[in-house]
Amino acid sequence: MPRRILVLLAHPAHRRSRANAALRRAAGEVEGATLHDLYETYPDFLIDVDREQALLREHDVIVLQHPIYWYSCPAILKEWLDLVLEHGFAYGHAGTALAGKALLSAVTAGGTETAYGPAGLNRHSLADFLRPFEATAHLCRMRWLPPFIVHGTHLLDAAALARQAGAYQALLRELREAPAAPRPAPPAAAAGRA
Amino acid sequence: MDGGLLAQAFVYLCAAVLAVPIARRLGLGAVLGYLLAGVLIGPFGLRLAGDAAAALHFAEFGVVMMLFLVGLELQPARLWALRGPVLGAGGLQVGLTTLAIAGLGLALGAEWRVALAAGLILAMSSTAIALQILAERGLLRTAGGETAFAVLLFQDVAVIPILTVLPLLATLPATAGAAPHDAAWISGLPGWGQALAVLGAVAFVVGGGRLLTRPAFRLIAETRLREIFTASALLLVIGIALLMQAVGLSPALGAFLAGVVLADSEFQHELEGDIEPFKGLLLGLFFLSVGAGIDFAQVAAAPFAVAGLVLLLVLAKAAVLAGLGLAARRPRPEVLLVTLLLAQGGEFAFVLLAFAVQNGVLPEAEAGLLVAVVALSMPVTPLLMLAYGRLADRLAARDLPPEPDAIEPQGSVVIAGFGRFGQIVGRLLLAHGHPVTVLDHDMDTIEQLRRFGFRVFYGDATRLDLLQAAGAAEAAVIVVATDAREATDAILDTARRHFPRARVLARAFDRGHAYALMEAGAHLVVRETFAAALETGVEALRCLGMPAYEAERAGRLFRRHDRRAMERLAPVRDDARRYGLAVREASQRLLEVLERDRARGQAAPDEGWDATALREEARQQAGGQDAATSG
Repeated sequence: MPRRILVLLAHPAHRRSRANAALRRAAGEVEGATLHDLYETYPDFLIDVDREQALLREHDVIVLQHPIYWYSCPAILKEWLDLVLEHGFAYGHAGTALAGKALLSAVTAGGTETAYGPAGLNRHSLADFLRPFEATAHLCRMRWLPPFIVHGTHLLDAAALARQAGAYQALLRELREAPAAPRPAPPAAAAGRA
Repeated sequence: MDGGLLAQAFVYLCAAVLAVPIARRLGLGAVLGYLLAGVLIGPFGLRLAGDAAAALHFAEFGVVMMLFLVGLELQPARLWALRGPVLGAGGLQVGLTTLAIAGLGLALGAEWRVALAAGLILAMSSTAIALQILAERGLLRTAGGETAFAVLLFQDVAVIPILTVLPLLATLPATAGAAPHDAAWISGLPGWGQALAVLGAVAFVVGGGRLLTRPAFRLIAETRLREIFTASALLLVIGIALLMQAVGLSPALGAFLAGVVLADSEFQHELEGDIEPFKGLLLGLFFLSVGAGIDFAQVAAAPFAVAGLVLLLVLAKAAVLAGLGLAARRPRPEVLLVTLLLAQGGEFAFVLLAFAVQNGVLPEAEAGLLVAVVALSMPVTPLLMLAYGRLADRLAARDLPPEPDAIEPQGSVVIAGFGRFGQIVGRLLLAHGHPVTVLDHDMDTIEQLRRFGFRVFYGDATRLDLLQAAGAAEAAVIVVATDAREATDAILDTARRHFPRARVLARAFDRGHAYALMEAGAHLVVRETFAAALETGVEALRCLGMPAYEAERAGRLFRRHDRRAMERLAPVRDDARRYGLAVREASQRLLEVLERDRARGQAAPDEGWDATALREEARQQAGGQDAATSG
């Protein structure tokens, strides 16, 4: 049975986005993937926690697709994480709803790979900046997949962008077909949000 | 029209209007003011008052009305909760005070039956003075206030058996004048018939109040004739008083019962508002006539004896009350309040003394002396209450931990007008557990809402007394949600003038009305259609393809701009010419903003999400370093 993919989209002004919009179109063509635009669904930021948790339960692979703003995600995704990943649902002794599911960060960044290097302007790699998401996956007993990163979006021409979108689409299809991974052992001690 | 009656009314009203504000300004309280004014116009002052005894008799009806109002405030459930204090504190107070005073009488050499009769008569406290002081100081709903009320309630009930017992204590032949109590037609009935008549009357008041008055008031309310409503309220109280008298019960008690029965009804506040002024006037008259009726000739004949007796009476009553309170381990400030409040002779004493003389229980001279003692003990209470505040503070400081005694709900809300607008406000507040009192004059609305458990009351919310009765003075928020502009203006004006504690949120018809309401002092003005229109506009933007979050922000930005423009225009509205200019300026500004928005192809300042500039820079320095943000 193909795995069900949920793509959480978080872009406050996607009409002005190039890279993210391209990825979004690519994801939309993946059969069976659910696209869920947070800014479109909750323009008032009033996130429906029950509904979001139900969506999470119904899917096996959760994709967080967003631009990198100030080394992190746009505001609504942080709000979503704060409210939806409740203790007792996503983590804690009884919080096993997400255990065994896979978490993928799909992000676009203006800076090039060198800018996100030890000698670059940002001094750390994007993988480093995504550590909070990786730790979140770990705490929720999810499988943290290597993030899909589009660097240097300011300088990408249409052909390069199309190549990246194709790669993203291929990755999502691959995740859909891959056999379910064995459940990882629960973390020794869940630290919680506190 | 009798010129004498008008002249008397003029004298009494004059005394009240002059003396009460002065007394209040001096911190003496209204009750003391009335009493002093009474003395001033009485036969031993300026000799302006005519027949004070007749006035007193008439004014005693004020006590009946007061108990009706007290009953209206007291839902049956609360009354049931008070049964302990009524029977316990009330019963013990009457019993022990009777014994204490009878003992003192014996010690002073009185015959035992005379002493016992005096004890029973003087055990009564003054409901009029005590409740008036409690209301004046806002202490009615405190633990001490409730205890005092419970004791007074028991005394009211106790008057009936006392009236029965007194004739048995007769030492002299009964005088010709029959007792008013015995004049009741039921005295002709056999014992079982009397009991049946009494029970029947009480059952009629309770059952009639439940089943008959509400539909009747509903019909009357639908006529929308205020004076007819007032007339029927008066009719109700007077009718019950007469019925009670006919079966030999205390009219005050009957009125109280009727009040309790109607306390749950939607007319509670309207009735309160209608009866309140009558009660106030009659009680004022009552105090005035007590003051005027004090026989200073008798006092002058034996000043030390009278003063001594007054002191003895107050001390004996206070000792019993304080002893009871301390034995029950009540907090000491509460004990102090009840002790000071109830240590005087009551208005029932006047009735009972007259009754006792008629039945040959007391010699006339002694009864006259006791009348003077009771009358003089009444002004002692407001004087003692002057010291109460400071004493209570000192006691409270020593008493640890202080007991929270305010039962008044905190943070309550009054909503005037419960149509399409007020309902939404009320639902949100109720959903969050805030006590909401609603005033509306549409019977249909009220009917429906009461079925759902709302606290809805019938009445014209522009009336000050009605707002007061609904608790506007204690409310944290008053929402003026009426749809008629004139009503909204009137309510806002009343609310700002009389209830400075509350924040007033007002519904405006349009922009012009909104300015008027802001000027009148509303804390928040909401144009009734603005939010809905804005929401429609935002939805229209979405239909035209704008993403939801951008549309939402466009709406919010528009709201902010509009609010700022309103605030800027408000102060200059009076000056028509400047107003014209400012409006032009505002529309000019709007045009500029719109122009700027269009130039940028956006409605909200969100360049933070726009990478155009970054892209430019990145291209210029391509191969060089990259900027940090934005994707």
